[in-house]
Amino acid sequence: MKVKVISRSTDEFTRERSQDLQRVFRNFDPNLRTHEKATEYVRALNAAKLEKIFARPFIGAMEGHIDAVSCMAKNPNHLKGIFSGSMDGDIRLWDLATRHCVHQFPGHQGAVKGLTASTDGRILVSCGTDCSVRLWNVPAASLMGLDSSSNYSSEPMAIYVSKNAFWGVDHQWDGDHFATAGAQVDLWDYNRSEPIRSFEWGKDTVISVRFNPGEPNLLATTSRDRGIILYDLRLSSPVRKLIMQTKTNSVAWNPMEPMNFTAANEDCNCYSFDARKLDEAKCVHKDHVSAVMDIDYSPTGREFVTGSYDRTLLPRERRKHEYLEAVKKRYKHLPDVKRIVRHRHLPKPIFKAAALRRIVIDAERKKEERRRAHSTPGSRPIVPIRKKRIIKELK
Amino acid sequence: MEDDKDSELISPPVAAKKDALDELDSKVKKYLRGSGTDLEGLKDKKLKGQLAVREDLYGKSAKAAAKAEKWLMPSEEGYLEAEGLEKTWRIKQESIIQEVDILSSRKAFDMILPDLGPYTLDYTSNGRYMAVAGRKGHLAIIDMHSMDLIKEMQVRETVRDITFLHNELIFAAAQKKYPCIYNRDGVELHSLKEHGATLKLQFLRNNFLLASINKFGQLHYQDMTMGEMVANYRTGLGRCDVMQVNRWNAVVGLGHSCGKVTMWKPTSSAPLVKMLCHHGAITAMAFHPGGHLMATAGQERRIKLWDLRKFEVLHTYTGNAKSLEFSQKGLLAVGNGSSVQIWRDQSGDHKYSRYMSHSMVKGYQVQKVAFRAYEDVLSIGHSMGLSSILVPGSGEPNFDSWVANPFETGRQRREKEVHSLLDKLPPETIMLDPTSIGNVRPEKKKKEQPTKKESEAEMQAAIAAAKSAPLKNKTKGRNKPSKREKKKHEGIARVKRPFLDQQMKEQQQLLKKKQRIAKIRSCQNLFGNSSRSSSDIIS
Repeated sequence: MKVKVISRSTDEFTRERSQDLQRVFRNFDPNLRTHEKATEYVRALNAAKLEKIFARPFIGAMEGHIDAVSCMAKNPNHLKGIFSGSMDGDIRLWDLATRHCVHQFPGHQGAVKGLTASTDGRILVSCGTDCSVRLWNVPAASLMGLDSSSNYSSEPMAIYVSKNAFWGVDHQWDGDHFATAGAQVDLWDYNRSEPIRSFEWGKDTVISVRFNPGEPNLLATTSRDRGIILYDLRLSSPVRKLIMQTKTNSVAWNPMEPMNFTAANEDCNCYSFDARKLDEAKCVHKDHVSAVMDIDYSPTGREFVTGSYDRTLLPRERRKHEYLEAVKKRYKHLPDVKRIVRHRHLPKPIFKAAALRRIVIDAERKKEERRRAHSTPGSRPIVPIRKKRIIKELK
Repeated sequence: MEDDKDSELISPPVAAKKDALDELDSKVKKYLRGSGTDLEGLKDKKLKGQLAVREDLYGKSAKAAAKAEKWLMPSEEGYLEAEGLEKTWRIKQESIIQEVDILSSRKAFDMILPDLGPYTLDYTSNGRYMAVAGRKGHLAIIDMHSMDLIKEMQVRETVRDITFLHNELIFAAAQKKYPCIYNRDGVELHSLKEHGATLKLQFLRNNFLLASINKFGQLHYQDMTMGEMVANYRTGLGRCDVMQVNRWNAVVGLGHSCGKVTMWKPTSSAPLVKMLCHHGAITAMAFHPGGHLMATAGQERRIKLWDLRKFEVLHTYTGNAKSLEFSQKGLLAVGNGSSVQIWRDQSGDHKYSRYMSHSMVKGYQVQKVAFRAYEDVLSIGHSMGLSSILVPGSGEPNFDSWVANPFETGRQRREKEVHSLLDKLPPETIMLDPTSIGNVRPEKKKKEQPTKKESEAEMQAAIAAAKSAPLKNKTKGRNKPSKREKKKHEGIARVKRPFLDQQMKEQQQLLKKKQRIAKIRSCQNLFGNSSRSSSDIIS
């Protein structure tokens, strides 16, 4: 007879001293865990609820500007430094950690329209409606909490004057050029008082400009004539132009996938494009109820934030607690989870406007459907929404 | 002959490697939790890609879990093997106890409590604590590690059943008039008067529901966290004192005196399943922890094994049973009279055969048998107290600290209580197949219209059937050949009519469509001509 029974001595399965960690044993056998799927479902539901309970997006406000804030810029070299310019010509540097104004630049005569900082974070470029571009030395020491008044002059490093007012400015990544948007797109060097290059495609005003983070010579601009234009600085002429049905207010490149950019459009939507293939949008992000005014990507490239004329901010965020997220994703199609995840508590005017917009969109869709039903088969092809708002692409 | 050659050709290390691979495969299969989805029929390319990635991930994780088993699960399960002419069921407990180590030999004991029996018992999910109830009101909780008596009391009332709630701190006892809930110190926390004179109690651990069946065959479900009565159903089949929970899907099984087994969930007032299992009354039933196997015992001296996926009987054995119980590893304990038999599935096709047997002193009447989780121990409650015997190979050798930890400390228990409350499942999740949660209901396919040929063939078949249909013999005068012929024609016309109607309808639709298209064409021609003429003018 051969016999063996399970025998566990307490010493082997418990800790020796009270300072030790408790011993943990694992057995992943599915038979030990009953109701796996039901448990996962309940966890997904709870995760969705908790996420809603703990969603507190507003962290704080930084007060100080007398007039409305018209533009902002991140400092690529200091995480907590952020610049803001206002309509009265005031430019300020804020410390995000303490939420205090660290420095105040003398600024412009009229409204500040664009701000950008060089990649090393030492030079701030501003432009405004007073037809001037000003370069400022960024007081790095003041962000570190040191007293910097001794060797720092508050006068601008340089002032370059042009004929037309400026609408935006952006600095090249890893270079010493910057581009301004106005009557045309101008490319500037720090050391030249005149723009080194000027670009133009169409006669209308250019309202925003953004350099590609991956390819320093590529930039995207948007203009009043509803166009998005891509320029390559190595070529003498613009690369591509895309004309949409409504004006694009701003563009932002995805820093992790630099071939993609997202355009904030007047028609309440944002359109993500692949710069190599402009004939259709890769994705249409809809949620705003009024024109989207500005857009920016997070450094991870996984989320972006948009600001709209409907006075809302929409951060599109992902990834928090890995397991809970995974579980939530797995059960997201179940009605309860779906309802909670989808639900956003909206301010009343936005909620009403959204309902109205839904009605408008529905009516348009219905009208289109009826027209299609009553016309020759094939004479009204179905255009996907990703292509619908694009009028044409020029090369 | 060829096989022999092959076996010679394969060098021993290669064979060993192959064996190891096969073993790994079988382990991987366990962690895969069933076969993957069939992606062939999917038309949505995006979804197909996503699912393919996910399936790949599942396969990888199963493989990783199977590989990690070697390191994570150090203990091996127990066994009892006979040598020579020995038979495992002839081996006495005394000889087993002599062979095993001292710690294990202490687990087998006999406790003689002659006055307040017969005894019933229940274990906590980690197998550490045992609650004991004597019919005449004797309640006790015992720590089975140290064999300490934690609490003992006498309620001076009939006690029919006892069950632990989510941990060892609280237990419920089915007393004379209604069940009561006590804590470990013997303080009565609640009396559940709504349940009535309960015969059996079961606690659904994941749902925190206490299920009870009373003298009048009423099934109650009460939520133990909020105290809310979730459901109260009449079984309508009379007094019932056999109740068992299927731990795999938390469905409650009831065995009735008419030989029927019914299965219940709290969200439906009618039983999910009603099956006639025995000709006599059901005396005991048990569910396999895998959830697909049920054992029932009837008064007519039959024990049956059922496949719960097909609701078919797998095997029928002869014998009586007062109490049945499956162990974690699938051994079946059958308690009857003063003896207990352990059956085992030797070949893997659910053909259970004798594995061990144990006889107590003659005259003892077994009331309840219960395997201790994560140990090779079977406890028997009988008319003269309690016994515990060693059953090698019955328990799961490796426990998971996050599922059920026999060496749980107070802090861990508190932590686990909170987590299990957060993961408390709503009563709706109880269903016959719990793996169907989260599945997508397949879209109903639209009924396809039969082709012209098919409908023609169908009509011909119907006509032929009408022709060959026998006519009744009628009374004189109504049975003339002309009348019979007429009747036959009428029958054929009646059968043809729906088909002809359908054909007519289709033809009309076709005609309308043709007219519409012709109209559009003529319009186009009109416009085309006018534009051409205008261009002519311009040129």
